[in-house]
Amino acid sequence: MIRKLTLTAIAAMALMAGGANAAGGGDTHIEDIAFSFEGPFGKYDQAQLQRGLKVFVEVCQSCHGLKYVPLRTLADPGGPGYTEDEVRAFAAENFEIYDPELDDWREAKPSDHFPAVTGEGMGPDLSLMAKARAGFHGPYGTGINQLFRGIGGAEYIASFLMGFTGEEDEVAGQYLYENTAFDGGWVSMAPQLDDGLIDYDDGHPNDAQNLAEDVAAFLMWTAEPKMMARKQAGFVAVTLLVLLSALLYLTNKKLWYPVKHGGKQAKL
Amino acid sequence: MSGIPHDHYEPGTRFEKWLHARLPIVALAYDTIMIPTPKNLNWWWIWGIVLAFTLVLQIVTGIVLVMHYTPHVDLAFASIEHIMRNVNGGHMLRYVHANGASLFFLAVYIHMFRGLFYGSYKAPREVTWIIGMLIYLAMMATGFLGYVLPWGQMSFWGATVITGLFGAIPFIGDAIQTWLLGGPAVDNATLNRFFSLHYLLPFVIAALVAVHIWAFHTTGNSNPTGVEVRRGSKEEAKKDTLPFWPYFVIKDLFALAVVLLVFFAVVGFMPNYLGHPDNYIEANPLVTPAHIVPEWYYLPFYAILRAFTSDVWAVQLASFITGGIVDAKFFGVLAMFGAILVMVFTPWLDTSKVRSGQNRPMFKWWFRLLVIDFIVLTWVGARDTNFPHDWISLIGATYWFAYFLIILPLLGIMEKPKTPPKTIEDDFNAHYPEASGSAAE
Ligand code: HEC
Repeated sequence: MIRKLTLTAIAAMALMAGGANAAGGGDTHIEDIAFSFEGPFGKYDQAQLQRGLKVFVEVCQSCHGLKYVPLRTLADPGGPGYTEDEVRAFAAENFEIYDPELDDWREAKPSDHFPAVTGEGMGPDLSLMAKARAGFHGPYGTGINQLFRGIGGAEYIASFLMGFTGEEDEVAGQYLYENTAFDGGWVSMAPQLDDGLIDYDDGHPNDAQNLAEDVAAFLMWTAEPKMMARKQAGFVAVTLLVLLSALLYLTNKKLWYPVKHGGKQAKL
Repeated sequence: MSGIPHDHYEPGTRFEKWLHARLPIVALAYDTIMIPTPKNLNWWWIWGIVLAFTLVLQIVTGIVLVMHYTPHVDLAFASIEHIMRNVNGGHMLRYVHANGASLFFLAVYIHMFRGLFYGSYKAPREVTWIIGMLIYLAMMATGFLGYVLPWGQMSFWGATVITGLFGAIPFIGDAIQTWLLGGPAVDNATLNRFFSLHYLLPFVIAALVAVHIWAFHTTGNSNPTGVEVRRGSKEEAKKDTLPFWPYFVIKDLFALAVVLLVFFAVVGFMPNYLGHPDNYIEANPLVTPAHIVPEWYYLPFYAILRAFTSDVWAVQLASFITGGIVDAKFFGVLAMFGAILVMVFTPWLDTSKVRSGQNRPMFKWWFRLLVIDFIVLTWVGARDTNFPHDWISLIGATYWFAYFLIILPLLGIMEKPKTPPKTIEDDFNAHYPEASGSAAE
């Protein structure tokens, strides 16, 4: 009976998901990338997040904001893992913030957020992009992949950055670039990444695919900065509940034993 | 309180006597927790406790979330991000609350189908059933209102589509929609009233739950055989029942722990699995998402809503008879609410003299088909409306109505049921041959 219940639960879950995430997709191509943070045991790769931050600041930052992400969180556990001093220096070096109290521009502090970037030709805010897009829907559109590997937003971003075919078009004075990952196929963002565009401090390979995956991983972190804490909480909860279930199972068995065996006590 | 004879609370100490003479609250608690419960209840009877627990979970997490949430179109989305990033444990609270809604609906659907199979809705439990349906409706409303609060794209467009359903009502629809929204379109006034009601309704549900429990504590629980507990004397009743505490409390707690195990695995490892990515994009009245999909728990009824397009003959007939007042859109809305309404009337639509599906050989198959129908409708509710999805929804919707309006009434007349066991005790002993002390030796 319990097995039946579990099966029901799992079947229902698979079903809902098929429902919930079925939208989107279409004929776009999203590459399945094995990110380090997938699955219940997956963790962010600290070095990769640092590399991704570098790509973001040097390439994407000019057109994209991260307005929901406080700079201080770069020093939070489970993130890129900078020290507070490093964050202070990083903020001051890279960002100028308009401070209404001073009525002037000043260097950014850790308590500030990454700047919002708006205006003509600028792209959408990327703070939550990795959760606002879905990756693979397989197999057969059921979305079961997503059950184990995550919703696939980071895959989407990496595939998007690498999905440019090189075709260009001009529509009403605006340039459009063909992209195999983008819904609709043509996007107004030009290809951004080339092999060797950025030199990593740690000497990590820096071809375009690496840059794309690194910045995608970084954007997964900006979207879900508490992922590691969450998984840990999940583990603690599941472990405790396994124990509790076992104890309650035994208690229940002993309690009912006399009822089911004509008053005889269980030999436990 | 209960109709089944059992030992009542006797105040012991002087203080208890003093209190009992003034407010018999301990007696109420005692009678509630010690209620005689059929001892042959199976595992399908655990979902009530899961539901009660989930209601408390949602209220507690919800109250804490409200301490950090800002119901304003310019600030709501950012305040959710504030909860996710800056509030201690906020990300867990929010994921528990969001997935808690899914747990709530999963549990209520299993609970409802349990009732439908074992005939729990039949006399004398019709009132319990109807109150249960009211709870379900209040849950639907609460879930919908809550989904609007994060003010993402699906929040906004879901609210637009669902309130638009009311707009389909002839003549007064537009006025109702405007009244619901607090303006011509979903906006700050909408968000504020939805927030207010989302906070209110769970307490209405809690009150309904109390009445629901009161009702079935008056009639006693139903059970898998559908045979009533013997009430001739305390001794007789004792042979069929066990007190709720400790036997069913421990059993239910065990089941609850297993359910929560799965639940926390979802919350910890895949909290966005049941959500929609578009809801991580802030609401934008100028950009309509490519697909507007409701939460999974509305999908079966959403599928029924969409099944009746203007090329279905029933719709054309209705339109012809009413001179065009009932158009396809309004027909769909009527069908959706009708699909829930027929469930309310199940106690009177089911004509069978036998209560439990266990003893109804034909019913069993129609019921299984209904479960499959429900699952298929859930699935198709999330698809587009092209072929073959349009046909699948239409067939699914038709079966749904046929089950309640045609099959249930007819089956009661046509079917030859099996003879149920004489007593609950017999049923229990048949499962556990050693249970009656004599057989054991
Ligand atoms: C020259 C400005 C510019 C730069 C630099 C830039 N982008 Fe974009 N980006 C855009 C614009 C404009 C859009 C909006 C495209 C559209 O919707 O047609 C966009 C859209 C996007 C999208 C959303 C695609 C979708 O599914 O809607 C992502 C993801 C993205 N950019 C990532 C990046 C990353 C990562 C970088 C750095 C490697 C980057 N962009 C650099 C201008 C830029």
